[in-house]
Amino acid sequence: MRMSKLVRTGADLLYPFALIFGLYIVLHGHLTPGGGFQGGAVVATGAAIVIVAWAYEDIAEMIRKVTMMAQESAGLLLFIGAAILALGFGYAFFYNVLANSGGLFGLPVAFGPNPGELDTAGVIPIMNIAVGIEVWGGLTIILLYLLSGLKKEEGT
Amino acid sequence: MKRALVLVTFGILTGALLLIPGLLQFGIPAASDMDDYFLEHCQEQTAANNVVTSVVFDYRGFDTLGESVVLFTAVIGTGLMFRNMLKEEEYEDE
Repeated sequence: MRMSKLVRTGADLLYPFALIFGLYIVLHGHLTPGGGFQGGAVVATGAAIVIVAWAYEDIAEMIRKVTMMAQESAGLLLFIGAAILALGFGYAFFYNVLANSGGLFGLPVAFGPNPGELDTAGVIPIMNIAVGIEVWGGLTIILLYLLSGLKKEEGT
Repeated sequence: MKRALVLVTFGILTGALLLIPGLLQFGIPAASDMDDYFLEHCQEQTAANNVVTSVVFDYRGFDTLGESVVLFTAVIGTGLMFRNMLKEEEYEDE
């Protein structure tokens, strides 16, 4: 069931901002409050606004279930891969090999309160991105499944 | 009898709830060795400014792995439950 044109336009306007804000929370998870789970939930909220405002049939082409399912699986695999990465360097599972290494996300951090640098914290940003992608896909697909049950009841 | 038992239990729980603020002081945790360790070492060991994220994704990584797997399983369960409802559309997708 479609909502009125005002609600649909508002949802279309809000969707990119929810996307950007959620991705900001995911990418800055090692510097500011938040992280993968919270940012992914924010992005899924943006998808929820669009799904509620539009009918399910209009949304099915835009937010595809297959894409979201692949995204969720890719997020979980990336998370486990980032954890297994330490085994290749001869450390224990989940050891932070990239921290303070000088490579990707490898800058050292001074002790005490400081504004922070985005290029730090080793595998933690990678895991944040992985979990964010997974929560985004997972929550969106749950919403799609739950709200698609309404499609036959109301004829629009 | 039953009513008296309910009242006594309620009284004991309310007393315990009121006793806690009297026994503990704000800002002075009972055991803080672990907190101090994380606060002092997280920036040099994990190079992350956010101590909570460094605990969640580095020191307690297995917990987060479990959370991710729980979410994955929940999505699979929802998909299995609602699959019959969307059967004709699912065939179109494939």
